[in-house]
Amino acid sequence: MAESKGFTRRHFLTVATAVTGGVGVIGTAVPFVASFKPSARAQALGAPVEFDVSKLEVGAMSKIEWRGHPIYIVHRSPEMLATLKKDESLLRDPKSESADSIQPSYAKNEYRSIRPAFLVLEGVCTHLGCAPSPRFEVAPADLGPAWPGGFFCPCHGSKFDLAGRVFMGVPAPANLGVPPYRFINDNTLLIGSDTGSS
Amino acid sequence: MASTEADVFDRLGRGLSALGAWIDKRFPMTKLMKEHATEYYAAKNFNVWYGFGVIATVVLVIQLVTGIFLTMNYKPSAEGAFASVEYIMRDVYWGWLIRYLHSTGASAFFIVVYLHMFRGLLYGSYKKPRELVWIIGMFIYFCLMAEAFFGYLLPWGNMSYWGAQVIVSLFGAIPVVGNGLAEWIRGDFYISDITLNRFFALHVAAVPLALIALVVVHIMALHEVGSNNPDGIEIKEYKDASGKPIDGVAFHPYHTSKDLVIVIVFLIAFSAAVFFAPDMGGYFLEHANFEPADPLKTPVHIAPVWYFTPFYAMLRAVPDKLLGIAFMASAVLLPLFLPWLDRCRVKSIRYRSWIYKIALAVFAVSFIALGYLGMQPPTQPIYVLCRIFTILYFAFFITMPFYSRVEKTKPVPTRVTS
Repeated sequence: MAESKGFTRRHFLTVATAVTGGVGVIGTAVPFVASFKPSARAQALGAPVEFDVSKLEVGAMSKIEWRGHPIYIVHRSPEMLATLKKDESLLRDPKSESADSIQPSYAKNEYRSIRPAFLVLEGVCTHLGCAPSPRFEVAPADLGPAWPGGFFCPCHGSKFDLAGRVFMGVPAPANLGVPPYRFINDNTLLIGSDTGSS
Repeated sequence: MASTEADVFDRLGRGLSALGAWIDKRFPMTKLMKEHATEYYAAKNFNVWYGFGVIATVVLVIQLVTGIFLTMNYKPSAEGAFASVEYIMRDVYWGWLIRYLHSTGASAFFIVVYLHMFRGLLYGSYKKPRELVWIIGMFIYFCLMAEAFFGYLLPWGNMSYWGAQVIVSLFGAIPVVGNGLAEWIRGDFYISDITLNRFFALHVAAVPLALIALVVVHIMALHEVGSNNPDGIEIKEYKDASGKPIDGVAFHPYHTSKDLVIVIVFLIAFSAAVFFAPDMGGYFLEHANFEPADPLKTPVHIAPVWYFTPFYAMLRAVPDKLLGIAFMASAVLLPLFLPWLDRCRVKSIRYRSWIYKIALAVFAVSFIALGYLGMQPPTQPIYVLCRIFTILYFAFFITMPFYSRVEKTKPVPTRVTS
């Protein structure tokens, strides 16, 4: 065998072949990796849904499904709205200013809603995606005397107030999301779109 | 008559050995048999801790066989999955048995593998020259976790659904790429039919193939360096004139015949679980999973199956999303580095200091305690305990390089003890 003299023609061919092959392998992997993304059909699903708020009693909550997520609609009483001011010192992001607090601009206010009485929230915990349970009673035994009413996530104990704002000292990092929505008329909510219709 | 009978057997015997010779020229049948069984020497002082590797192999076979038969009646769709599992349980002949063997097998696999790993900690089986055996074993454990996670979604019960939701969301916590990654894993914006379909593919094809390949590599690496033993000494250092380790006996027939007894004892316990307590009071099959998946309703009390609860408890102990996940991930990964964290030259706990004995005991208690705490509802006293045991779990690994370097060990014998 002849001694190698630096970068030979053989070295060049070996490297060129390996690089070309590598590019081919990466190129071949692309369709397989991309096939894992949500399909065109999955992306097309998720049209807005309507909800009639006139049937929702004061203090009650209704759950509907939009894009596979639970959407909570709460008819808040004046007493419930009054708690929102009082609990601000216990919250991580009371003014919904963090970039992780997802809400349309028209819901970025003290009630996190268009009309104070009606709260529309995504029932998806910002920790790991469980559906927080409504716990509207004040100071129940398991949640302690400071509990003003709100949402409690059964998975990891995250707590949110009656505007879906996260409390301090829980694993969830951000407020519950508010989906885009609008009132088509006095009693009908359109959830999932703030411009079009269902 | 008698002479012709003997003649027949004689000719049959000669025929078989001719067939064997024919194969051996074309495939290393006899060579493999010798290398891995009849001339593979393992220490003669094995105790019962050395039976869990064989039992794990038996459980793997049970899972493969029952799994294949379950796929013949299972339908991987959001519409049909839950009903097809009920169909297997009620209408398929012996379907209930095949499914219970598979679901009990999942828990049995983890019990056996945890004990198998604990054996490694007891006798220093991860130390030089068996670092790769240990690391490949850890990869088997990771595959097993993936296999259990993907499989748990398949019945499409409510706990399946929300368990998958939580675990996939863990990836969403990774900065920048997290949400895209979680969406890529799900193939949808929530856990859907699409997710179920791909988890099925991963559960029945991709992960089992990786698992089988890793098990073969694990055993090949083990047979290259030789098995450890309860004294933690290398039997290869003392060989007789013919080159066999004096303290070793052939794997077959000596260890196999002993392993047969161990396997039978295991199968008795396993059958008792399958026939008398297949759901093990909610530990092997969670009760919330007896109702179909409901994307709008998280079960009031949600916890993973027992074999994941130690890590789940750590996740809950940390009141910060990303940090909690970082703790959980490092708790799973840390054992990979044991061969280098442990600086003590003595392998077996028999000759190690009281410091290691206490450290290992504290570690084992912490792991079991975290497993228990991970199943409890999230309340303040539970969190405090979770944090204490999480710290103790990590302390085992973090303090190891320091105390193991200065440990006062007992003299290690040169030959195995009885």
